[in-house]
Amino acid sequence: MHEMGIVSGILSSAVDAAEKEGASKINDVRISVGVLTEIQDFALQFAWESLSPGTIAEGAELVATFVSPVSKCSQCDTEFEHDRFEIVCPNCGNFVCEQIKGRELTIDSIDID
Amino acid sequence: MEIDIKKPILDRNDRLAQDNRALFDEKGVFVLDLMASPGAGKTSTILATIDALRDRYNIAVIEGDIASKVDAEKISAHGIPAVQINTGGACHLESDMIQRAIAALDMDALDLIIIENVGNLVCPTEFNLGEHAKVMILSVPEGHDKPYKYPNIFQIAEAVILNKYDTLSVFDFNEEEFRSVVTSLNHEAPVFAISATKGEGVDAWAEWLTDRIEALKSGS
Ligand SMILES: Nc1nc2c(ncn2[C@@H]2O[C@H](COP(=O)(O)OP(=O)(O)OP(=O)(O)O)[C@@H](O)[C@H]2O)c(=O)[nH]1
Ligand SMILES: [Mg+2]
Ligand SMILES: [Zn+2]
Repeated sequence: MHEMGIVSGILSSAVDAAEKEGASKINDVRISVGVLTEIQDFALQFAWESLSPGTIAEGAELVATFVSPVSKCSQCDTEFEHDRFEIVCPNCGNFVCEQIKGRELTIDSIDID
Repeated sequence: MEIDIKKPILDRNDRLAQDNRALFDEKGVFVLDLMASPGAGKTSTILATIDALRDRYNIAVIEGDIASKVDAEKISAHGIPAVQINTGGACHLESDMIQRAIAALDMDALDLIIIENVGNLVCPTEFNLGEHAKVMILSVPEGHDKPYKYPNIFQIAEAVILNKYDTLSVFDFNEEEFRSVVTSLNHEAPVFAISATKGEGVDAWAEWLTDRIEALKSGS
């Protein structure tokens, strides 16, 4: 839904880090995206293709790894994977759970020349 | 050559929120983001809060609505500076809108800015505005089951206001259950039962807010 803003954040972090290393070109950018952020890969790729040209990341591949949601039950401490809609402890049926994975949005690494 | 970065991606909104926050801190202005459903009593709560704190603090209000300026007019009629933001369809406020709104305010003269977010229990939770605290209002007629349906907003709120408390006898609102679910979702947030239009229960809420404003002023 706000992929343009996110991709401009990815691009500026990647370009800053690459320039600090004295790089002339970025080959790829690897990011982790939690499924609960509702961010869609096609929208990321679309934004990347429109924002990266003209920078040292032009032509670089944006590789997104999607992270499935995991929650921890506040009652019995069970950790379980789930989808975007149903968050219920499979052990005790409690719905009050702490989100421990699935909301990440991080830039992991870049490959540069 | 592969380089490890491992850092959070700040999108455009988050970066602008950081800029807003830096300005608020520099000027010593405490900024509150109030979130609730349409009609829960955001404007009424802001008016009641103004009445409780206006002798002590210089206050301004930023009104977010999809359209119209009726809420800003209500605040202005109360003798308090108000800036209306019309989001033109967007269901939440973003940092750049706040940036434009504060340009219209005298930041050096203020102690407190209250932002009335767009009536919505979902989208405003996703957008940092640079505020010092997000607080949510639930009104009694909406029902005690709302924390089950919208857990996120109850989790990120630093305080929960239960408004229209004067209507409790008319609705089958189970206050005990409501408080216990809110506490299990969010151990820290206090729940303040108020009747904004009658001014009842507003003192305890105003005291909580005063403590937060003073903490900012004393630099903690
Ligand atoms: N009985 C009762 N009515 C209230 C109370 N607070 C607000 N209301 C009424 O609820 C209606 C909506 O109040 P507002 O303060 O305009 O609510 P809002 O959340 O700002 O509404 P929008 O900005 O339109 O989303 C008005 O008719 C108020 O008079 C309260 O404590 N008790
Ligand atoms: Mg209003
Ligand atoms: Zn459990």
